[in-house]
Amino acid sequence: MERAETPLLEVRHLSTNFVTDEGVFRAVEDLSFQLRRGEFLGLVGESGCGKTTAMLSVLRLLPAAGRIVSGEVLLEGEDILKLDAAEMRRMRWRKMSIIFQGAMNALNPVRNVGDQIAEALVLHDMAPSRRRAAARVGELLELVGIDADRADQFPHQYSGGMRQRAMIAMALACSPQVVIADEPTTALDVMIQAQILELLERLQRELGLSVILVTHDLSVVAEVCHDVLVMYGGVLAEYATVDEIYNEPLHPYTRLLLEAFPDLSRPDERMISIPGQPPRLNDLPAGCRFAPRCPMVIDRCRLEPPPVRQVRPGRWATCHRIDEAGT
Amino acid sequence: MITPPPEPPSRDAPTASAQFKQRSLRMRQDLAGMLAQLRRSPLGVVGAIMLGLALIAATFAPWLAPYDPEQSIHVTIEDIYARPSAEHILGTDDGGKDVLSAFIFGSRVSLLVGFSASLISMFIGGAVGLVAGFYGGRIGNALMRLTDIFLVIPDLPLMIVIVAMVGPSLWNIILVIGILGWTGTARMVRAQALSLKERQFVLRARALGAGNFHILRRHIFPLVLPLMVANTVLVISLSILSESTLSFLGLGDPTTLSWGGMLNFAFTRGAISARAWWALVAPGLGIVWVVLACTLVGNTLEEAFNPRLQSHHLQGEDKMIASPSHIQAEG
Amino acid sequence: MQRRDYLIKKTAWSILTIVFVLILNFFLFRILPGDPTTAIAKDPRLTAEARQALQVRFGLDRPLLLNLEGGSLFDSQFFAYVTRLAQADLGISFNFNRPVADLLGERLLNTVLLVMGGQLLSIVLGVGLGLISAWKSRTAFDVGAITFSLAAWSLPTFWLGIILLILGSSYLGLPTAGRETVGMDYAGWWDQWRDIGRHLLLPTITFTIVLLGEYMLIMRSSVLEILSEDYILTAKAKGLSHLQVLWGHALRNALLPVVTLIALNLGFTVSGAIQVETVFSWPGLGSMIFDAVRRQDYPVLQGAFLLIAVSVVLANLVADLIYSVLDPRVKSA
Repeated sequence: MERAETPLLEVRHLSTNFVTDEGVFRAVEDLSFQLRRGEFLGLVGESGCGKTTAMLSVLRLLPAAGRIVSGEVLLEGEDILKLDAAEMRRMRWRKMSIIFQGAMNALNPVRNVGDQIAEALVLHDMAPSRRRAAARVGELLELVGIDADRADQFPHQYSGGMRQRAMIAMALACSPQVVIADEPTTALDVMIQAQILELLERLQRELGLSVILVTHDLSVVAEVCHDVLVMYGGVLAEYATVDEIYNEPLHPYTRLLLEAFPDLSRPDERMISIPGQPPRLNDLPAGCRFAPRCPMVIDRCRLEPPPVRQVRPGRWATCHRIDEAGT
Repeated sequence: MITPPPEPPSRDAPTASAQFKQRSLRMRQDLAGMLAQLRRSPLGVVGAIMLGLALIAATFAPWLAPYDPEQSIHVTIEDIYARPSAEHILGTDDGGKDVLSAFIFGSRVSLLVGFSASLISMFIGGAVGLVAGFYGGRIGNALMRLTDIFLVIPDLPLMIVIVAMVGPSLWNIILVIGILGWTGTARMVRAQALSLKERQFVLRARALGAGNFHILRRHIFPLVLPLMVANTVLVISLSILSESTLSFLGLGDPTTLSWGGMLNFAFTRGAISARAWWALVAPGLGIVWVVLACTLVGNTLEEAFNPRLQSHHLQGEDKMIASPSHIQAEG
Repeated sequence: MQRRDYLIKKTAWSILTIVFVLILNFFLFRILPGDPTTAIAKDPRLTAEARQALQVRFGLDRPLLLNLEGGSLFDSQFFAYVTRLAQADLGISFNFNRPVADLLGERLLNTVLLVMGGQLLSIVLGVGLGLISAWKSRTAFDVGAITFSLAAWSLPTFWLGIILLILGSSYLGLPTAGRETVGMDYAGWWDQWRDIGRHLLLPTITFTIVLLGEYMLIMRSSVLEILSEDYILTAKAKGLSHLQVLWGHALRNALLPVVTLIALNLGFTVSGAIQVETVFSWPGLGSMIFDAVRRQDYPVLQGAFLLIAVSVVLANLVADLIYSVLDPRVKSA
């Protein structure tokens, strides 16, 4: 697969806070990454590491307490953080769409599925007539493996996996450049997970879709992603291609993550868990955010937060101890 | 095919946005928490002050009222519906008596009936709710059906019919209002009892051999009580409205004069054509004052139990992209 | 669940409630000390024969609920009462000496006129205000709207009526009582309805204001809950504007629980109607109750209560029906 020259989506030094009565939560700090045409980026990290917040920031869909305090989000070269509300609404879904985590409630239970998909088409002037809209809805549903006749049904008449697929169909309705899939397979059983991943892969092949896949599941990432961004405690821990991450993880957290996953080929190995708790984002320690739990921590880590360093072109990590090679 | 890995450890870590959502849920759901909520809310404070003033007026009525409403006086035609003057700050009523004094003493009846009736309602509603929620089963279902029936039946007509038949004494009125006012409390208490029943400390107590009644008394009831208190304050406002309506319709206790009763006399004895607005406005304002006070306080107290939604999806867009001044202001 | 099952369940429930109301009504007028028929029949000044005759006449010699003495099981006061009800016999008014059913029938239309107008207006306004209030939650508008609604809810309906009566008649020359101007000659049907309209104005406004507060608060909390749901965020992500989100997603969903809650609050409506009709002397069921109380006309009181209670139960059933039509989750198996 050829790598296009200019990235489709580029996020530079994005920082997002939540302002509450209990202080300011620094949920995302200095996050930068790129997404190229036709590529899948895996955004990995445990619950609470800021992945979803980062994605909501990119789409400007943060809850009322959220503040994007710095950074740029360049879609095809244009900083969408600078768009006014009307321009932003036009851009939404048309250029960039999102499949939310836990699609159970992401569809309105009182309107039928086809209606809700058609709503997006009509809004963005992509359906000159009702018939065209209905036809397109049928196409989209078939694309994700749902019978087109079921467009008139309501979300509660769909199974969980079908609802997720309907969400994907809806996300593709306006043929966006970028699709953000936030934990699309969590809360679904294994078989459905596999189906959905297959679907995403097929869409990438057939439509040249560019996807940011947010997940905590490294195996999913290994299967479909080109690049991987590992987040911890709101910051970028490591950012590289999927091969580099798996074969040569640089950040201690990445290494622990890889070890924590049981390997079928070695069933007798002890399961390792990462001790400790993630940091409280309103009460961050000085120094590296991972220091309290890091097996390779030294004094410097506790005093000075490590910078996001480019180790090689296209290879970033945030750790003081990168230079010391080790597996 | 790679097997699905377990979720990486620290599964219980809340997401960044969820971390701060916990705040309102952590609000203490007991009496202290309620009072704290009351202090925090401006409307609640206003309500409390209003209620306090009313209670003071009722308690110290004999000292505050310029005239004694019980005292029979000799009146001439000029004394009837006399306009407000230095002698009678709120004028006189259809019998030549001072409106202000009647007003101050009237607070006693309204407040007495309101509080007593709602105590009865709280008692019945609490009992029904606790039994239905805690014991559940057929008794619980039957009780809830009964509650639903009483909810549907319109209260005022029923109250009118009963009071008209048994006679409008103060005690009768209190009983009738009390016996018809428990449905809301019952539903709410039941819901809470249901959820408390499954909690850890109850299961633990059972494991230690505690009987049902013991659990109810020592564990469940103390937790249900604050919510009942909050709800009862709202029931007080409903009771006062009921009493004044019954009195206005002529079903008040003839030996005492409540605000509703004052309005009944004024209305049926020509205050409107006499343009005696003072006889009509004052008692009504009294009712509004007390009812509004209880409503404000009750709503505020109940808020301590509703996890207040921080914001909804259509809010906060203007602040999302922070400008440098914003960042400075909010830290 | 199946819509059919849902409706069957609700209908059975309504029937049960109505039966309860019938029994309640029956006992109220047999057991409470104020029952005139028993009082008359027990009057010590009557001779024993006269008393006996009266008892038989009023059916008071029959057993109360079920006849276990011999003959038909249903030869009791209660079933006599039920039989009479089935024939729309609600007794004879003490004061007017006419069948209660006739009297109620005459007044029913007037009450419906008043209630329909007020309900419609207050629902439309209440729903609108509630929606905007929730949308603009915690802004000045919201706080103001809440305060207004709380105040409106706290006003005794009859007092608001009195105040509006005074203001309306003094400053706007609006009529103060009745449905039509006494002794007026009407040029035609339109003329008459204009007169009625003028008489209807203040009562309707009073009624509307009181209900408005209640409905606004109900709608507001319903919408607030909905605006926090995930599908609202999806709608926003699709690029819909606030108005489009409110109209296409929030409104429909919020109205569902509101339909049920309005039905549940019909007791409030009834209470308001009684008070408004009394204050404005509007010749409906409510003022009839007021008169009946004053004149101790118990058959009328009993009949009116029955009619109103049964109407409310039926109205709730209708609301359940509407709900089942609106909510697609109630349709499929």
